[in-house]
Amino acid sequence: MEFTGYVFYIFSAILLLASLRVITASNPIHAALALVLAFFTAAGLWMLLEAEFLAITLVLVYIGAVLVLFLFVVMMLDINLEEIRKGFWGYLPAGALVGGLMVVEMFMVLGGKDFGLAEPVAHAADYSNTKELGRLLYTEYVYPFELAAVLLLVAMVAAIALTHRKRGDTKPLNPAEQVKVKKADRLRMVNLKPQKPEAPKGDDE
Amino acid sequence: METLLAPIAELLGPAWLPIWTLVKIVVIVLPLMIALAYLTYAERKIIGYMQVRIGPNRVGPLGLLQPIADGLKLLMKEIIIPSGANKALFILGPVLVLAPALAAWAVFPFTDKLVLANINAGLLYVMAITSMGVYGVVVSGWASNSKYAFLGAMRSSAQIVSYEIAMGFALVGVLMCAQSLNMIEIVQAQSGGFWHWYWLPLFPLFIVYLISGVAELNRAPFDVAEGESEIVAGFHVEYSGMAFAVFFLAEYANMILVAGLTSVMFLGGWLSPFPFLPDGFIWIAAKMSFVLFLFLWFRATFPRYRYDQIMRLGWKVFIPVTLVWIVVVGAAMQTPFGYLFH
Repeated sequence: MEFTGYVFYIFSAILLLASLRVITASNPIHAALALVLAFFTAAGLWMLLEAEFLAITLVLVYIGAVLVLFLFVVMMLDINLEEIRKGFWGYLPAGALVGGLMVVEMFMVLGGKDFGLAEPVAHAADYSNTKELGRLLYTEYVYPFELAAVLLLVAMVAAIALTHRKRGDTKPLNPAEQVKVKKADRLRMVNLKPQKPEAPKGDDE
Repeated sequence: METLLAPIAELLGPAWLPIWTLVKIVVIVLPLMIALAYLTYAERKIIGYMQVRIGPNRVGPLGLLQPIADGLKLLMKEIIIPSGANKALFILGPVLVLAPALAAWAVFPFTDKLVLANINAGLLYVMAITSMGVYGVVVSGWASNSKYAFLGAMRSSAQIVSYEIAMGFALVGVLMCAQSLNMIEIVQAQSGGFWHWYWLPLFPLFIVYLISGVAELNRAPFDVAEGESEIVAGFHVEYSGMAFAVFFLAEYANMILVAGLTSVMFLGGWLSPFPFLPDGFIWIAAKMSFVLFLFLWFRATFPRYRYDQIMRLGWKVFIPVTLVWIVVVGAAMQTPFGYLFH
């Protein structure tokens, strides 16, 4: 077996264990961190499949940005474990249905030949799928791509609009005004006559 | 070299590749460790002279053994784990900070031949790996079970996540000019003297990258994450001994990394500033030293920023600047002036 073969099996084992921990860990923080490990290992597997752009984007977007914020929220929330466990049997049928669908889909992709899918072709070492992906995204699939971008923008604006509320008691700063302040606006020079030293008072220090 | 090692490779079979890669990793990491030990010494000496002090001068000639003495001291100290801490995550935290700081060096080109992994998406790899450093901060802050550590972790990660965006956009400008994500090709695209390096056509992005780099490193004047005067020492307040030293190492390893990346992206990497001088490793070392000196200089010069000012600078100044300049570069490339950006 080639060295990459060993790497594949090690990564797969880690991925399975990490995924298992995501759903079994009792502490939500541990579950979120196991999810990070699962994503990272999945990126490693993609790297083995020569999809280096996708692999690195997975790390950059999901691990570097999305899951950090996810972890933030989990850490800030006061989560009651008993409360979460309650609905387990209620959610089980829906979850099992989704899981079953995913198994069927995986089966169809992996046994692609029997379902009329084309075999993936291995490319030479100098083939850059990053460039190829960019070319396809901005030529053939430019409309779906732009549409997806606009959709994300709409979601972002909607999220801000939904959570934004005007409060009367906030005191915003205006940096332009702060920068413009001169010494004369804030400071008044007073000519004080020297006084006889008395017992020192605390408040003129 | 390859032909010399061929018999050993045959002997070891499939185990050869990992062993040989490990050897290469050690060859990169060991000098890096020595460099960062002496970076701490340089920092204390340079800031000392800037503040009209002498700096460390007791251990060894000119105090040159000071970093080794410091390292020994930290090794000998006891690691205290707070009783309420989450033990596993408490120990995992420093590792998660140091690992990305070292892993990013895998694609770093010291010269056009001297690189561990010459991958096509090298720039993207660096961005992805460095974006993972924030986990160590969040995890160690949370696992410490202390409000100061947690506040420091929150501040620090918000700051890192914000400045990552400006940094990423600055690098988008670089990859537009170089038309490649490969680190070696990025440097080669800048050949032909110092006026061809990207600091000139991408000047606004260069400045944004440099300042965002300081903010990413949580160094003065953006060191609110540590904020000694407000929250004691930020996310690593509960750490002691070697566990604390790992955070320290990671900070300095990241400093050298950001200096190296600035040299590669904007200062022409290993290329010499004048076409008549030979290229070589010495140039990238000189450029990195210069950028590192700038970091130390900033620390000695500027007072700490207020937290809301940091956020404002990142979101309302740097991100718009980079966005505008990316549009300028993209538009100029379509005009006869496009040669300026190649």
